[in-house]
Amino acid sequence: MIRAGIVGLGKMGLSHQSMVNVHPEIELKSVCDSSGYMLDVLSKYTGIDTYPDSRKMFDRGDLDCVFVATPSRYHADIVADALERGMHVFCEKPFALEPETGYRLAELAERKHLVNQVGYHYRFVAAFNEAKRLLERKVVGDIHHVRAEAYGPVVLRPKGSTWRSQKSEGGGCLFDYSCHAIDLVNYLVGRPVSVSGSVLNKIFSSDVDDEIYSTLQFANGAYGQLATNWSDESFRKMSVKISIWGTNGRINVDRQELQIYLRSVPDPSEGMVAGWNVRYTTELTQPVWFYVRGEEYSAQIDHFVQCIKSGAPALSNFRTASDTSLVASAIRADAAKARTTVAPGTHPAEAPQAIKPRRHGAQSFIRTLFGRS
Amino acid sequence: MDRVLFGDNQFFGVNHMSEEKARQQGMRFQDIRAVIQVLDDAYAENIKTFMCTTHERTAEICEHFRAHPQKYPDYKFYPCLPYAHKYANAAAELGILGAVRSFLPQDNAFGALLKGGMSLATKDVEGLAQLLIGAELKMFAGLDTPVIFLQNVATDFLLGLGFNAAFRMFADCVREGYGAEPGFITMNAPLLVKSLEKVGIQNPIICANINKIGFRMCGGMQAYDELITNGRCRMIAMSVFASGALPAQEALEFVCQYPQIESIVFGASSRRNIAQTKQLIERLSLN
Repeated sequence: MIRAGIVGLGKMGLSHQSMVNVHPEIELKSVCDSSGYMLDVLSKYTGIDTYPDSRKMFDRGDLDCVFVATPSRYHADIVADALERGMHVFCEKPFALEPETGYRLAELAERKHLVNQVGYHYRFVAAFNEAKRLLERKVVGDIHHVRAEAYGPVVLRPKGSTWRSQKSEGGGCLFDYSCHAIDLVNYLVGRPVSVSGSVLNKIFSSDVDDEIYSTLQFANGAYGQLATNWSDESFRKMSVKISIWGTNGRINVDRQELQIYLRSVPDPSEGMVAGWNVRYTTELTQPVWFYVRGEEYSAQIDHFVQCIKSGAPALSNFRTASDTSLVASAIRADAAKARTTVAPGTHPAEAPQAIKPRRHGAQSFIRTLFGRS
Repeated sequence: MDRVLFGDNQFFGVNHMSEEKARQQGMRFQDIRAVIQVLDDAYAENIKTFMCTTHERTAEICEHFRAHPQKYPDYKFYPCLPYAHKYANAAAELGILGAVRSFLPQDNAFGALLKGGMSLATKDVEGLAQLLIGAELKMFAGLDTPVIFLQNVATDFLLGLGFNAAFRMFADCVREGYGAEPGFITMNAPLLVKSLEKVGIQNPIICANINKIGFRMCGGMQAYDELITNGRCRMIAMSVFASGALPAQEALEFVCQYPQIESIVFGASSRRNIAQTKQLIERLSLN
C-alpha cells in the first residue's frame, strides 16, 4: 500500500480525499489544513488523523506521497519540503506561479527520482486523448490554426472573499481557467513560441483578471487564439473546448465529444469517413474504480499511483506544468505592453506595414522571455 | 414506486454526450411552459412521478403543480438534492464554509437563522444538514414527495470520505422531518450499499446507472449484477441508454432482464419518444 497525506482541504483537496481514501492501492494516513474547523469535522466523522501544519504531518515520516491542494501561493514551499523528504508529490494546478520556481522543483524531483504530477485533469479526459492520438497520426494534416476556449461561471458579481479573487495569492482567471486551456494546447499541439495581442481584462473583479485573450504562435508557423472567461453565466460549469484546423480538416473537442471533419480519409483503419465524424465520451471513456465528479479526476489519481509503482514519469508533471506557467507569464507580460492606437492620420495607408515592425519587435522580446533566440 | 419515472436532465441543459445538445435543450426549455408541456405529455402517458434536482427553476415547476392540484391529483415529486453546481460555484467564490453559510436560511425565520449560526459555531453537522435540506426542499411545500434523494455528487463524495454518518443523518432527516423515504443516487452502487448497511440503512432505495455498456457503473458489471440479483436494495435504473449511446430496444432489454429493478427513470423531450419508451418498458417488463 502507498501511504498518502493531503495538504489543503478546499474544494480540490476534499475532492482528492474522497477518491484517494477509497483507492485500493492507497492508504490515506493523514490530512492537513489551516482551518481547524474542517479538521475537527473530518476527524470526528471519518476518523482521519489531522494536522494544522504540513511540516508536522511530514515529521511523522510515515508518508510515501502527498497531495498538495493549498492556495497556489503556498505550493512551492510545501512541494519543496515534501521532495526534500523523499515523497512523491501530486500538486494542484497551476503548480508554481513563477515558471522558474516550477522548473527548479521539476529538477529537484527528477534528481531524486520522485514522481511529480500536477492536477491538469483535462489531460485525462478521454476525448482530448483521442484527439491527441489522431493529431499525432496527422489525420487532419498539417495544423495551421488552433483555438482554445474556456468559459464558466466563477465570478459573476463584484465581490468574492477567497484567495481566488486575490492577485497575490495566485488568483484570477489566467491561472485558474486559462492555464487549463494553455496546458491542453501544449499537450495537443506543443508549446507556443510566442504570444502577442494579449488582453487581461476585469469584468467584475477588482484585483484580478476575469477574461484573457491572446494570439499564440507555434514553432511550425501555425497560429492560435486563446479565449477564456470565468464570468460567463451561460455555462453551467467550466467548459474547455479546443478547435484545430489542419490542411486535411478540422477537430473540435471538448469533454463530451470529439468532432472530426476530414477532407479525405488518410487511414481507412480509423473507420472514419470524409466529412464529419463524431465520437462520444460514452464510447471513449475507460471505467474508473470510483466516480465522484468525472472520470478524469479519478483517472489522474490512479495514474499517479501507477507512476509511483512503475517509476514512469507522469503525463502532467512539474515540467509540463511549468511550461504552462511560462506561457501564462508571457501572456501577462505581453498584456502589459503598449498597443497600436487606432486613430485617423496616425498610420500610412498600408496598414499591415505599419503594424508589422511592432509585431516583430514583440516576438523577439517574447522569444527572449521564453529563452529562445 | 411507479415502474416508470420521469427525469429532468433534458430541462436543465444537462447532456452527457454533447454540450451543443445541452445548449439547444437549455434554449428550448428556457420558458417554463415548454417544460410543463413535456411533463403534461408524460402525464398523459401515465407517468406520474417527476424525479428532479432542486435547481432554482424547479421552483417554477412546483408553483405550477401547486396551482393546479385538480389537474394532477396523484402527482409525485422525487426531489434530488443538493443542486451541486450551486454549491461548487459558491465554494469557489466564498470558500467552503462561506458557501454553506450562504445557503443557510437567511429569511425572517429568526429561529432558523440562530440555529444556523449555532450549528456552524458548534460544528453540529446534523443541525446544519437539517437546515440545508430544509432550504432545498422549501420549493416542494404542499406537494407529495414520498422519496427524497441525495444527489450522486454528494452521495459519492461522502462515500469516498467514509463520512457514512452523513447518510444516517440524511435518512433520519427526510423520514422524521418530511415523512419520506430516503433515496441515494450514486455511480458506485455496490460500495455504497455496503456503507449504508454499516450505518443501519437496510434495503435502501438506490438510483444508479444500469446500462449494457457499463457506463459509469463503478465497481464493475459483475458487482452490479450481484447487487441487483441479491435483492439488497430497491433499485431505480438511470442512464439506461448510456446518454444515447445505446438503441432503445437493446438498452431496455438489458435493464428489463432484471425483475428486481423496481423502476426506470428516463428523460425525453417529445411525446412520441416518451410514449415509445414507456410502451417498450411495459412490453419488455411482461416477459
